[in-house]
Amino acid sequence: MEQFTALSVSKENRPVRYLVVDDSVFARRNLARMVESFGGVMAGEAGDGFTAITEYNRTLPDIVLMDITMPQMEGIEAVERIVRQHPDARIVMVSSVGYQENILAALQKGARHFVQKPVRPDVLYEIVRYVLNDDGVLVGSGVGGGHKQGVPS
Amino acid sequence: MRMDLIQPFVSAADSVLGQLLEGPTVVGNPSMEEDAYRRKGVAALIGFQGDIEGRIIFDLEPRTACSIAGRLAGSEPPATADDSLVAETLCELANMIIGNAVTLLNDRGFHFRVQPPEVHTDPEGMKSSYDTEAVVMSFDTPAGCVYLNIAMRYNRRRKTEREPALSA
Repeated sequence: MEQFTALSVSKENRPVRYLVVDDSVFARRNLARMVESFGGVMAGEAGDGFTAITEYNRTLPDIVLMDITMPQMEGIEAVERIVRQHPDARIVMVSSVGYQENILAALQKGARHFVQKPVRPDVLYEIVRYVLNDDGVLVGSGVGGGHKQGVPS
Repeated sequence: MRMDLIQPFVSAADSVLGQLLEGPTVVGNPSMEEDAYRRKGVAALIGFQGDIEGRIIFDLEPRTACSIAGRLAGSEPPATADDSLVAETLCELANMIIGNAVTLLNDRGFHFRVQPPEVHTDPEGMKSSYDTEAVVMSFDTPAGCVYLNIAMRYNRRRKTEREPALSA
C-alpha cells in the first residue's frame, strides 16, 4: 500500500488516533492498513454500534471511521449517541451503501463526511485531512498539500 | 425477469471487482438457470426484501477465492478455501457489490432492505423459492472467474409508475 504524508495532531504533535468501526474483520483490517499508511495509530476498533460507543468513551479518538450496516446497533444510531455525548466528535461514515437518504441521515445525526466502499486510500486520506483541518486539529506536512509520497510497499 | 433491475448489480460487480483487483474484468453473456442452484466453489448469499425481493449468490472456484483473498489482504493466498480469510473476504466483497447496486437502485426509487451476507459451504447446493428462474453472470477477473447468480422479482411498482395507471 502506498504511503502518505503523515498527519499529526497540532497541540501534542502526535499521530492521529483512529477508532475503526465495522462488523467485517476484513474491512477493519483493511482500514487499519490505510490508517497506518496515513501515519496514524489505531486507538481502538469495534464490530457494532454498542461497542463503538464504549470504545469511543474509553479511547477518545481524534476521528472515527464508522460503517453503517452493522448488527445490534447500526452506525447512524451510534453516531447520534456519540455526538450527543461528545458534540465535537469527528465521525466519517464508511459504507458500501451510499444512497442519499443514508448519507443525509448520517450527516443530520452529526457525521462529518461519507466515503463509499470500496475505499480508495487517497480519497479517505483527503477526507480525513479535510475533517481534521476543518477543526484546526491538523498540523505539520498534512496541513498543506497532503501529497502522497507514492512509495509502494 | 426485468433486466433493468439486474443491470445495477452487473455494473456494481464490474466496477468493484475492477477497482479492488486492479485489472480489467470481462463480463460474460448472461444465461438463465431454471434448475436449483448448484454451488461451484465458495459461495456467499445475500437476500433482500422490499420493492425488489430475492437473493444473489456470489460463487467462486476455491482457487479463485484463495487468490482474491490473498490479493485483497495484501498477503500470500491462503492454502485452502476453508481459511477464515477467504470467508471474510468473500462476504465483504459481496457486501460492497450489493451495497453499490442498492445505492444505484435506491436513487432510482426502489426501496428495500439487504440482509447480511452468509457463507454457504453446503455441497448439496442451495435451493430457494426464487431459484426457479435465475440469471447467471460471469466476470472474468485477473484472479479468476467470479459468478453472480441473481434471482429476484419486482414486488411493487414505484410511485411514478403507479400514477399514470391511477389517472387512466
